[in-house]
Amino acid sequence: MRDVLLVRFGEVHLKGLNRPYFLKMLVNNIKKTLEGTHASVWLSDSRIYVAGAPDMRDCAERVRRVFGVYSVSPAVEMEKELDAVCAQAARMMQGVSGTFKVLCKRSDKRFPLNSQELAVYAGEQILNANPSLSVDVHKPQTEMWIEIRDHAYLCNTELPGAGGLPMGTAGRALLLLSGGIDSPVAGYRIMRRGVNCQAVHFASPPYTSERAKQKVLELARIIGAYEYGMRVHVVPFTDIQMAIHENCDPEYTTLIMRRFMMRIADRIAKQNACQALITGESIGQVASQTMEALGCTDIMTDLPVFRPLIGHDKLEIIRIAEHIGTYETSILPYEDCCTVFTPRHPATKPKKDKAAYEETKLDADALINAALAGTETVLV
Amino acid sequence: MEIYLDNSATTRPTGSVIRALTRALESDYYNPSSLYAPALGVEKQLDACRDRIRAELHLSDAAVIFTSGGTEANNLALTGTLGVSRAPLRVAVSAGEHPSVYDAALSLMQGGACECAVLPLNAGGTVDIDAVRSELKKGLTLLSVMQVNNETGAKNDIAEISRLAREICPACRLHVDGVQGFMREDFDLRLADMYTLSGHKIHAPKGVGALVVRRGLRLKSAHVGGGQENALRSGTENTPGILALSQAIDDMRALPLRREHMLKLKLLLARELAARIPEATVNGPAPEDGACNILNVSLPPVRGETILHALEAQGVLVSTGSACSAKKQKLSRVLTSMGVPARRAECALRFSLSPYNTEEEILRAAQIIQEQYAVLSKFQRR
Repeated sequence: MRDVLLVRFGEVHLKGLNRPYFLKMLVNNIKKTLEGTHASVWLSDSRIYVAGAPDMRDCAERVRRVFGVYSVSPAVEMEKELDAVCAQAARMMQGVSGTFKVLCKRSDKRFPLNSQELAVYAGEQILNANPSLSVDVHKPQTEMWIEIRDHAYLCNTELPGAGGLPMGTAGRALLLLSGGIDSPVAGYRIMRRGVNCQAVHFASPPYTSERAKQKVLELARIIGAYEYGMRVHVVPFTDIQMAIHENCDPEYTTLIMRRFMMRIADRIAKQNACQALITGESIGQVASQTMEALGCTDIMTDLPVFRPLIGHDKLEIIRIAEHIGTYETSILPYEDCCTVFTPRHPATKPKKDKAAYEETKLDADALINAALAGTETVLV
Repeated sequence: MEIYLDNSATTRPTGSVIRALTRALESDYYNPSSLYAPALGVEKQLDACRDRIRAELHLSDAAVIFTSGGTEANNLALTGTLGVSRAPLRVAVSAGEHPSVYDAALSLMQGGACECAVLPLNAGGTVDIDAVRSELKKGLTLLSVMQVNNETGAKNDIAEISRLAREICPACRLHVDGVQGFMREDFDLRLADMYTLSGHKIHAPKGVGALVVRRGLRLKSAHVGGGQENALRSGTENTPGILALSQAIDDMRALPLRREHMLKLKLLLARELAARIPEATVNGPAPEDGACNILNVSLPPVRGETILHALEAQGVLVSTGSACSAKKQKLSRVLTSMGVPARRAECALRFSLSPYNTEEEILRAAQIIQEQYAVLSKFQRR
């Protein structure tokens, strides 16, 4: 008898001929996340099994965070001996109260009882051992699962997994990562679909500090854990901001700054084989995120721009940020000095032609090339 | 080449201090409470450090309680006094106090341990003497006023406050936080009942400080344990820190003109900034009136944090306020209490000096500040 984890996968089931590829990636990702735990991982009968680590609880927590995992159940694997199985089921239900139901699945048809008979027999043993329980076959508070396969497997808890698709199965994209609340959440949402992400961050020293940069790297580290490390491109952006501020119509400075960010992100994405850009924008949140403004920034790249939070309210975004553990870092107060570059009255309905005209006052290529030349890439 | 002008945040231990620290770790590692001769030797060295501190404060029979630093000493002065005093307990602190006094007093009040009055500051950054008088008339258990303000360098008139306290409310204890003043501005402990000092502001390592208490004054300990430091601060003494503090005191003593030197540099910096940047405005007392080691200047319209990072890139290290609160991104409580407008307060920079700073450093720093200001002041919010 030993402790194992039963790992169920969700959407991968819907795949057709590609399914083996997705499953292989999922198993590999689980192995990667369990590195150093001495656990072994294998696929059998549409289920992934994990066993052999001294701390299986830690393994369960790690595996839950792997994209593509629907749920994880800590279980017991044992020989298929009827009375021993039922005694173990009774032991596992000892600390439980309320209503329960036994669910059985028997793929080994040589087992002396069929599924229904086993459920009844095991249920009786459980009730005898813990009379405070009662049976409810419709809406039980606890489900006791007994599966008879090559071995018997017993479990009565199911921990929800991260969902989504296995990391690395959906290509690569570049996330525009600020130090705020939204962009890490946007990255997480797209990564959850199996997309490998790199990040680009625009730093404006001395208006932003080294601590602000470290905060961004920490955010990248938190979401990067889902893909086992993330590359972050830190672009020096001060000279561009200063040039915009000195030469362009104040109402358009924020928009033009966003357009420069898109141009630079486009170049970095293509240099790094990223097929799309990701931003944390949400319609109407600030002046640069009105539909008109988004239209003005979108045309700076021919890559698809994913905005997974486009229809989210701020409070919904905060809830996800809390769930994925980025919120506490995002609200650290290390960047507040860029206000000199924020116009008091930004245009909320900017025109593309006007934006393009304002940019003719700048040597955009030279500014972008200089920023790219000064870009530093960090692996977190 | 780094120009370090943030000596009120901390100072760089000198070579002799590092050697003293190493010696203490290598040779004098004994527990001073042990019974054998080498331990006694260490105990004597601790006592020698106490003597040095007493001599600096002109009170030969004061009790010196070593602590982990200024914060613990300030906390002990407050909680230790309240713990042995009879109700009604009333505390008054100046609005300019360090959080280890100010927040500690407010926290004690919120916990129901005492009443607490906050004494306002005048435009020069010192505590309002009329407010002190008025609170003393209401009766106080403890009055805590700092020697030198950590953000502006304003020097409180402790002699006058002491005179008022003894005249109006003799039972009131007077505590003086001397963290930014000790060995940079002279202090006579006969004026007060308790005095806080911190080692790492005078080139000793972090983690050592003291509360110096007039002989015979009772305090309640915050620690329960082996009864060290007259049972006021249980826990084996930080002997390497204390022996290094001894050395730092000796080093400072070896510079008898240190105050004059720092004041000269401070006035030079103030003059240079005023000449190079017409917008420069001093926050707090006029430079010649404040402490010799701290100058607070606003360079509007450039935010303090922005020019701080620009100076950092050129090797000049300064602060926007106290290092303890620089990360909180709020306007300085001290500057706000002095009536400094918000626009000027957010542009504040603090320069703090050590006896080891040089004239060349000040001139070079002024030049760099002028250059950076010229670039950054062009960019204002539109």
